[in-house]
Order: sequence, then structure tokens, then C-alpha cells
Amino acid sequence: MRETLSVSHAEDNPSTRRDFLYYATGGVGAVATGAAVWPLVNQMNPSADVQAASTMRVDVSTLETGTQVTVLFLGKPIFIRRRSEGEIAQGREENDADTIIDPLARNGNIDDSAPATDENRTLVDFSGENTGEWLVMWGVCTHLGCVPLGDGAGAFGGWFCPCHGSHYDTAGRIRRGPAPENLPVPTAEFVDETTILLG
Amino acid sequence: MSGIPHDHYEPQSNGAKWLHRRLPIVSLMYDTLTIPTPRNLNWMWIWGIVLAFCLVLQIVTGIILVMHYTPHVDLAFASIEHIMRNVNGGWAIRYIHMNGASLFFIAVYLHIFRGLYYGSYKAPREVTWIIGMLIYLLMMGTAFMGYVLPWGQMSFWGATVITGLFGAIPFVGDAIQTWLLGGPAVGNATLNRFLSLHYLLPFVIAGLVIVHIWAFHTTGNNNPTGVEVRRTSRKEADADTLPFWPYFVIKDLFALAVVLVGFFAVVGFMPNYLGHPDNYIEADPLVTPAHIVPEWYFLPFYAILRAFTGDVWVVMFASWITGGIVDAKFFGVIAMFGAIAVMALAPWLDTSSVRSGRYRPMFKWWFWLLVVDFLVLMWAGARPAEPPYSTISLIGSAYWFAYFLVILPLLGIFEKPLPQPDTIEEDFKEHYGTSGSKGDTAATPAE
Amino acid sequence: MFRKLALTALTAVALTGAPAFAAGEGGYVENIRFSFDGPFGTFDQNQLQRGLQVYTEVCAACHGMRYVPIRSLSDPDGPGIPPEQVRAYIDQNFIEVWDEDERDYRMATPNDNFPYIESAGAPDLSLMAKARLGFHGPYGLALNNLFFGIGGPEYIASLLTNYTGEEVEQYGAILYENETYPGGLISMAPPLWEDGVEYNDGTPATIEQQAEDVAAFLMWAAEPDMMARKRMGFTAVILLVILSTMLYLTNKRLWAPVKRDAKEE
Repeated sequence: MRETLSVSHAEDNPSTRRDFLYYATGGVGAVATGAAVWPLVNQMNPSADVQAASTMRVDVSTLETGTQVTVLFLGKPIFIRRRSEGEIAQGREENDADTIIDPLARNGNIDDSAPATDENRTLVDFSGENTGEWLVMWGVCTHLGCVPLGDGAGAFGGWFCPCHGSHYDTAGRIRRGPAPENLPVPTAEFVDETTILLG
Repeated sequence: MSGIPHDHYEPQSNGAKWLHRRLPIVSLMYDTLTIPTPRNLNWMWIWGIVLAFCLVLQIVTGIILVMHYTPHVDLAFASIEHIMRNVNGGWAIRYIHMNGASLFFIAVYLHIFRGLYYGSYKAPREVTWIIGMLIYLLMMGTAFMGYVLPWGQMSFWGATVITGLFGAIPFVGDAIQTWLLGGPAVGNATLNRFLSLHYLLPFVIAGLVIVHIWAFHTTGNNNPTGVEVRRTSRKEADADTLPFWPYFVIKDLFALAVVLVGFFAVVGFMPNYLGHPDNYIEADPLVTPAHIVPEWYFLPFYAILRAFTGDVWVVMFASWITGGIVDAKFFGVIAMFGAIAVMALAPWLDTSSVRSGRYRPMFKWWFWLLVVDFLVLMWAGARPAEPPYSTISLIGSAYWFAYFLVILPLLGIFEKPLPQPDTIEEDFKEHYGTSGSKGDTAATPAE
Repeated sequence: MFRKLALTALTAVALTGAPAFAAGEGGYVENIRFSFDGPFGTFDQNQLQRGLQVYTEVCAACHGMRYVPIRSLSDPDGPGIPPEQVRAYIDQNFIEVWDEDERDYRMATPNDNFPYIESAGAPDLSLMAKARLGFHGPYGLALNNLFFGIGGPEYIASLLTNYTGEEVEQYGAILYENETYPGGLISMAPPLWEDGVEYNDGTPATIEQQAEDVAAFLMWAAEPDMMARKRMGFTAVILLVILSTMLYLTNKRLWAPVKRDAKEE
């Protein structure tokens, strides 16, 4: 109470009004300086061309069933596999296998806590149906970053990392070897019948 | 520091005392910031702060530009466009850096001409003056090399022409030019070393700026009367001076803010006004632009360079007496550097016992003629090298040298100076007038 | 303050009519009052889109635009064409770029720049609007630049409309007389025809209209951030005017006792 009183008295004091002018000037100066500093900081963020490259469209119209393509995205490989009936069936059968090391789906398009079922790993096609046909994932071994071999390599018919012997199944899940996690699925979607938008 | 009696820093706390015994940095900063400054400084004394600001601005924006620039003849031009189009706010930083150079030179010319008018170069401030001239030379070198980096047509041909000046030196010229360029012509080696030096020299300038400030803090500032601050007693010193902080810091910051209004208006609304359109065409060693013009701040000296052609009698005389070693080309180079050299020698060429031009009735006229001469040379430097511009350049150059080599020495002998005030205090009081009639002017700070 | 002064100056000049200037090297450049002139001028999005059409259908046959990213056609401050339409634009016009990795031409993506075309020997147009100075005068002081801009787009528009129709044969090549081109003879044949393009928005495609549209488009291509730049300039000027005022008052108050003492004694 006494404080507020003294403040209100002080406002009539010319020296306080002078102080106010000084503080106000300092404040405007600080705003001007801040406005000048921000561009100096922001220029180090990714430039427009880099930001534009953070999405990529992949035409998959020529991709045959049972084959895959590898595309370079953000400096790292992405596997896009159009799985065969057999691979889909195998992946779904092994949903409850004891050898599944990482229980999480690691799919950037669904919830973080989703379990590592085959259905949670694959991409919904343009009609909104998850046929299990489209598997899109980073081609980077979760162990130490090598690029695994594909096309049915390894003991589980999926991928095999030659560096330290990690085996991934047909859904890209880690089944044997030193790698700790399933191959991550990037943010991706079909934007038309035959085009996948990455990122 | 300046021999003017004033307060000194006394460490109070134990921590401050501890640091002060080991490194008296707080004391140094205190003495620098509270240095007694003549209270009658006018608005021409603000350019020092503007220049300091420019140096920081150019270094900061320059460091940023280097983060995105590629010093290679195939990529340099494209990397500038990358900065202009892709880097966040890159266009702003580049335009500020580009026009910052112009602001730097506007400020340095006003600073130099202020020194010439108020006799700031005279004893005991010769060292301050000489260091200032060194800074100016380094600024020109830095600006020139910076202009080459965007690798536009003007960059390339400007570099070709200016390094060609060194080729004019007798006997060793070609060797020096090749050494400068790192090859027979301007090329990738040139671009790389120019970037390296363009990055280095501002820090050398910053070092010299510290020495420049140290020098004039030792002698004390000059002021519009040229009368020295009284040092005989603390009371008299206080009557002549005010501490730099806050009186002159706030005044200078106000002036800086006003200058920056103009600067940002240029950057925002016509950033290419002071540039040359040909520099938006990538360098092409096969095509020379119609006429090559240096940046505006080089134009007066460029005009002097071109003024001395083979049909001018001094050139013919110099050629005859040296047996042809000094030809017109070399003479032009000597004249250009000589024009700056005579300016640097002003402290010894000016024989007048009076420091400030305010009390020199004849000097004033010659000084303002020099200012006009400077502007005329600047204009003539941008015009093609043909009559009547070549004649105008020659007359202008002749006056430039005459001012320093003839007029300044003679004026000291023939001129009858006006009475000067005895003290700065007297001048200050007279300006803010006890007479009453000047009451209104008291509202405006300084003159 | 500056804004007012600039506006007054601009209005004064605008009222006296838009004069034409003889450029330094004898070229004739007429001032055009583009929508982006002046401190508050903005690009006319429809005009930029028409200009893109003229560029694509006429200029792009010989002239590249190697520094302009195709994706920037979507810039809200630029032509503002939605990304999917930009992709359609690439497909419809079959825009191909050289791929350094594949050592072959491939279809462009929006992330590529417009192609670099060397074959015709025609200059790249990315920066043309900044690489030409329309107004040199008066007396070589270039002060007209202050009021009309540097005149790059005006130069382009004037060049496209000031063919005299005369043809001259020199060293086996046909040159066309042009009142704007320095030297008066240009190797580019008159590129624009009445209704040479058909504008989607129904604007009559006169030669002058096409020339102005493509000049405006090339100004945007050369300076895509012009709007942002003017906004920054305006913000900075306002902020600094406020700061100057505050510092002026502070300075005045700070010095007041010193000056009072000087007066009283």
C-alpha cells in the first residue's frame, strides 16, 4: 500500500518524468536493435531452395509388383517397395512373432505408440485403402547408418544390412542383429493414383 | 588520458579491485567513455560515430554474406543470386552491405572535409590525421575488392582496369600486375585472393580505428574554434568540456538515427540507385561494357587519373626529364595516389597559426572551392573521357594539387586571421547567448 | 518525413506528365507508370501472369531465365500461381532442364530454375530488368532514377515497341532498326504481334500491352522480393523516425541544464 502511494507521488516528480523519457527511448532503441538482429539470426535457417527440397514427388507408375526403387531424399535413401502378395502375407503372419525386437511401428504418418504390425507399416493408397502393397521407408539401418540390401535379402525375406548383419523382414521390421529399431517410415502420402509425396 | 583533468575510475568492491590490479579494463572503458569532450562540438562531429557504426555494419553483414557466397568464377554470380532469392532475408543483407559501402564513404568524406575545414589535422593531431588517411586508403582497397566479388561485368572490368594501374609502374609494373592477379588476367585466382583480403582488411581497419581513437584521446578532440581545452585546472577543464557519456553519446546516436532514416529509405526504395546495372550481367572476358565507371566514391580520383593525358605539358615535361620512363599512363597513376598523398601531408603544408577555418577569412573561400572542385571531379569522373570533360578534369585536378601545395602554404603568410575566442567556454556561452536576442536559438542543440 | 517528401516529389513529377528520356547512348526510353513504381507500389498479379504468358509463348523460345526458380511463380508477392498449376505449367509447356547427374535433359520440377538457353545466343532474362538503365539524365547525374526508378522495365517495354520496321543487312546478318537499342540496330527480329498471344483474362493483346506485361514480369523475375523490400524500408523508416524523435527529446532534455547555465551566467 505504501509502495503504490509512493509511486503515484513519484509520478508528479519531474525527475521521474525524465526517467520515463529515458526508459522509453531505451525501449525504442531496444526494439530497433531487436528488429535488426533477427534477420541476422534467421539467415542461417534453411534457405528457400533447401526448404523447397524438403518435399519430393515420386512417380511410381512404372513400379512393378515385387520390385522397389531407391530415391535420394534430403540426402538419404528412401526405399519405395511395391510388395507382392507373398510378402504382404508373410509380413502379416509374423505380426506376433517372438523375434520382433522393436514393438513400435515407427511410422511418421500415424501415432507414435502404434504397435509394429504390418498394417501399421504400409502406406494408404490414393483411394484411402491400406492394401499393404506400398511400403515406404528410410533406407538407413538404425544401427550405424549403413544402407541395407533389399529385394528379399536376409533371413526374413526383407532387407539385410551388410555392415553388422541386421536382418529386416518384409515390413522393414528388425528381426535379428544389432539394430535397435525398425526402419522408420517417413511422412508420405499418395497425392494421386501414381504419385507419392515425401515430406 | 588526454591530459585534461577529469574523474578517474576507482574500483570499489573487492572483486573490482581484484580485477583492476590484474587487468584495468574497466578503468580503460570508463576513461574512454567519460573522456572530457569540448562542449561546443557541432553537428559535423557526428561522423565518427556514423563511421564506427558503418564498420560494424559492414563486418556483420559481410560475415553473413560469406556464409552463402561461393568464391569461384563459375559460381560467384549465381551464389549472389542465391543470396538474393533463396537465403532468408538475404536480399536485405546484401542490399544493406552494398549501400553500406556508400554510406561509409559519404560519412568518411564529410569527416575528412570537416577535418580540413576546422584544421583538425594540425599539430598536435598529425598522427590522428595520418592514421585516418591510412584507414581511408584501406577502405578504398576493401571497397574495390568487395566490388569484384559479385563477378558482374563491372566487377570484372573494374578489376582489370584498376589492377592495370599497377602495370603502369616502370620496369616492374607487369610483374606486379601479374603477381596481384595471380595470372595473366583477372581470373579465379584473383577472385579468391580478393575475397580473402576483402575479409581481412576490415579487421585491420578496426585495429587502426582503435589507434585513431587512442591518438585523438591523447591530444583531446579538436573543436569548431580550434582553441584547445584548458588543462591548467580541473575547474577550467570542466567549464570547457563535458563527459562524452552521456552528452555526446546521445547526441551522436540521435544523429545516427537520422542518418539511418535516409539510409534505409535508399535500401528499401531504391537499392540499386548507386550501383551500376552492368553488374547484373555476369562477367564476360570477351565483352567490355560500353564505358567502365567505378563506384561513385572513387570518381574524383578516377577523374584525376584520367586527366593527365599525353598532351598535357606537365606530362610531356615529366616524360622528357625522365627520358620517357614516366609516360602519361604512369603519370596518371602518380597523380591519383599523389592527390591522396598531398591531403595526408596537409599538417605540414598548412602554415597558418590559426587552426579553425572559422577565423580564416581567405581560407574559407578556397576551402569551399575545394569542396566544389571535389564534386565537379566526381561528376567528370563519371563522364566519358572526351572534351569537354577531360579539360574540366584537368582544371579540377590542377586545383586539387594547387590547394594543398600552393594555397595552404601561402595563405598562412598572407592571410590576416579574425580574432578567436580565448576559451571554449566563451564560445559556448556566446553561442547560447546571454544577450537575449539569441534566446530562441538556445532551443536547438549546438549550431 | 521522407515518405511525404518522396510522395510530394513523385506526385509533382507525375502531374507534369510522364516525360520521355533520351538515354545516354542514344536509346529512347519512355517512362511507364507501372503499378510497382514508387515506395508503395506493388506488383499487379494479373499483369505478372500475363507477362509470364508472353515470356513463355514468345521470349522463352530463345531466352532462358536461369536464376529464377520455377517454384517462385507461386510466391504470393509474385505471380501467385498455385503449386499444382505451376506443375501443370511445366507439363503443358514441356519445360526441360539439363541434369548434371544424368548428363541428359529431363522434365523440370518446380524446384528447378527456368532453363538456361545458350543456343540462340540471346541474353538470359533473369536479371535483365536490373541490368538496363533507362534513365541517365539530367546532365549525367541520373537524378531521374530518383523519380522514375532505374528504368529497366521501361527499357524492355520501349525496346519491344520501338522497332521502326527498317531492316539492314550487315556482314550477312539481318539487323533490325530499333530506337531504344544502343547503336540502333538489334539482331532480334520484332518479337511481338497484335494478338500474338491470347490472354485468359480477356485483356486485349496489343503490342504495347504485351510489352508492358512482359516488362513487369521480368521486373518481378529480377527482383522477386521487391514487395518485401519496400515493406522493410517502410518499417525501418517509421521505426527510425520514432527512435530519432525519442533521441532528439532525450538529447534536448539532457543538454537543457548545460545550456541554461551557459545562458544565465
